[in-house]
Amino acid sequence: MSQKNFAAAINDALHQAMEIDSSVICYGLGVTDPKAVFGTTQKLEERFGSERVFDMPTSENAMTGVAIGAALNGIKSVVTHQRVDFFLLAMDQIVNSAAKWHYMFGGQNTIPITIRLIIGRGWGQGPTHSQNLQAWFAHIPGLKVVMPTTPEDAKGLLLASIFDPNPVIFLEHRWLHNTLGDVSDGDVRTPIGKAKIAKNGKDITLVAMSYMTIEALHAANYLETQGISCEVIDLRTIKPLDWDAVMKSVTKTGRLLALDSGFTTGSVAGEIVARVAMEKFNALKSAPARLAMPDVPEPTSPALTKNFYIRAGDIAIKIMEIMNKNTSKVRQDLPEPTPHDVPGEWFKGPF
Amino acid sequence: MHRIRAVEEEIARRYPEGQMRCPVHLSIGQEAIPAAFAECIKTNDFAISAHRGHAHYLAKGGDLNAMIAEIYGKASGCSKGKGGSMHLIDLKVNFMGTSPIVGNSIPIGVGLALSSKLKGTDQISCVFLGDGAIEEGVFYESVNFAAVKKLPVLFICENNLYSVYSPLSVRQPKGRDIAKMVNAMGIKAASGKGADILMAHQMIQEAINQIRTGSGPQFLEFSTYRWREHCGHDYDNHIGYRTQEEFDKWKSLDPLDCLDNVLSHEHIEVKEKINAIKSQIKKEIQIAFDKASSAPFPLQHDAYQNIYAEQA
Repeated sequence: MSQKNFAAAINDALHQAMEIDSSVICYGLGVTDPKAVFGTTQKLEERFGSERVFDMPTSENAMTGVAIGAALNGIKSVVTHQRVDFFLLAMDQIVNSAAKWHYMFGGQNTIPITIRLIIGRGWGQGPTHSQNLQAWFAHIPGLKVVMPTTPEDAKGLLLASIFDPNPVIFLEHRWLHNTLGDVSDGDVRTPIGKAKIAKNGKDITLVAMSYMTIEALHAANYLETQGISCEVIDLRTIKPLDWDAVMKSVTKTGRLLALDSGFTTGSVAGEIVARVAMEKFNALKSAPARLAMPDVPEPTSPALTKNFYIRAGDIAIKIMEIMNKNTSKVRQDLPEPTPHDVPGEWFKGPF
Repeated sequence: MHRIRAVEEEIARRYPEGQMRCPVHLSIGQEAIPAAFAECIKTNDFAISAHRGHAHYLAKGGDLNAMIAEIYGKASGCSKGKGGSMHLIDLKVNFMGTSPIVGNSIPIGVGLALSSKLKGTDQISCVFLGDGAIEEGVFYESVNFAAVKKLPVLFICENNLYSVYSPLSVRQPKGRDIAKMVNAMGIKAASGKGADILMAHQMIQEAINQIRTGSGPQFLEFSTYRWREHCGHDYDNHIGYRTQEEFDKWKSLDPLDCLDNVLSHEHIEVKEKINAIKSQIKKEIQIAFDKASSAPFPLQHDAYQNIYAEQA
């Protein structure tokens, strides 16, 4: 066990996977460049050679197909894209082939590929460097979608993804890369499809993923001082979603606020509200609610992103409204951090 | 070649019965290329194809019974009824799959070649594509990567002049030499007459021999023509997207006749042999269709299986 940040935990997982299994390869634009994808692919090429670790042509679609073809002959590829948005060029391969190959050929072969996609936010990432498209991927049968929050889970879920026999979309929030946490040594795997109770509580269930979990925990800690006990569920996996964990918690608390870092319409949060309303209607003490990003592209200027994101203050206000509490002090107690467009002082851009 | 023709003709003949309830894209008229390929490829080499893939599956040695059963939607089908005519596979002969999304299987074939290189085997990967796929971005991406990595890939382009009903003239600039264009991307490329099986055989064999020595990918384009409609069992010259003259010209270049004529001319006894082969094929096909039509369907429950692969 040692303390390291999320990016180092990813790097640790990649080293582990490549060491224990020679069929694991790692490629993507920039994986061997001096910046090594925010440090996540550091020293891989030196250690495992340029046959297994390589930079690639700017061809997101074909290179996804290459991973599929290699998978048909037992190669486990980890393909990395520095922003989710570039991967939209690969929708044909991921949706029509990777997700369906096992199914449409009668279960005869497997596609053990992992697609690492990094979600940008703030510092002018703007409309095409900041999209949270987990709901898109979760919509497709055959894909698994993973969104870790902590460094420990980043490592454990990446290892589980690489050794899963299915295509896994592994979403890393850029604002988490520098967060610190204890990370176990060795080959430690976090099971895909299992949520984690990030905080126990009894009054309301907050369901969150990735960076939204951090905001949820800030809100929950504040609300504790206001006499409201929140249970925070860190989904960790978006598909297959851990419905048992969600339903169990809602049964206990009787209230739900689903959070989402993606756009509101068609969001994962919307799906959670729907399922809870359908299946746990009688357990609910108030209408289930969600908070997600507005159906608006993320603008670029820092002036335009002010008060744009869902922050702890927004979450706290929503919860207090649900609980019929006075919200007048929340903005003062939980203001949007300044500067609002970076995860912390460490982030100096450019992306 | 006769076998592919006869299988496709039997599908066409029986299609109106309504038991083959999936789209079918027949290769009648285009058989020389897969037939030549069949003579050159090894069983453990990889191949991958697209929507018009029956011929490639059979040429690679794919099981006939399993293919016909698949088209009939039966549990004994090569994809257990999940894929149909457009998703054929036979892993016993490394025929790795077909995809009807134009260009979709091209990079997958390149990935198979990458895997051979990583594993240090001498297997090559053959990618069948049509002229329409040349217009997809993924084609260029795939050729480029294969060239960068010098991967053992043979791209075989069957240029039948039409993408569904859209002629080459509205899709690619007049006078384009596809092979020359691909050659400019840094890989060896050539074009030949797809009705001439001897020419096709020589070109494919040479390319495969060179690729197997590690000299990098190659691209072959063959001119050819599908006789029947783009999708389905019938003829479609009457709908007006191509002329009867064009059709007649190509039909006069029937690859089967071309070869039979050459052979019969040289060896008088060949006709008898061909007839014997044909009657053997007929029997085999009869069995395949009988088996397929009487085989059990998959259980409805099977629709919900194999969404995810289980951890081994």
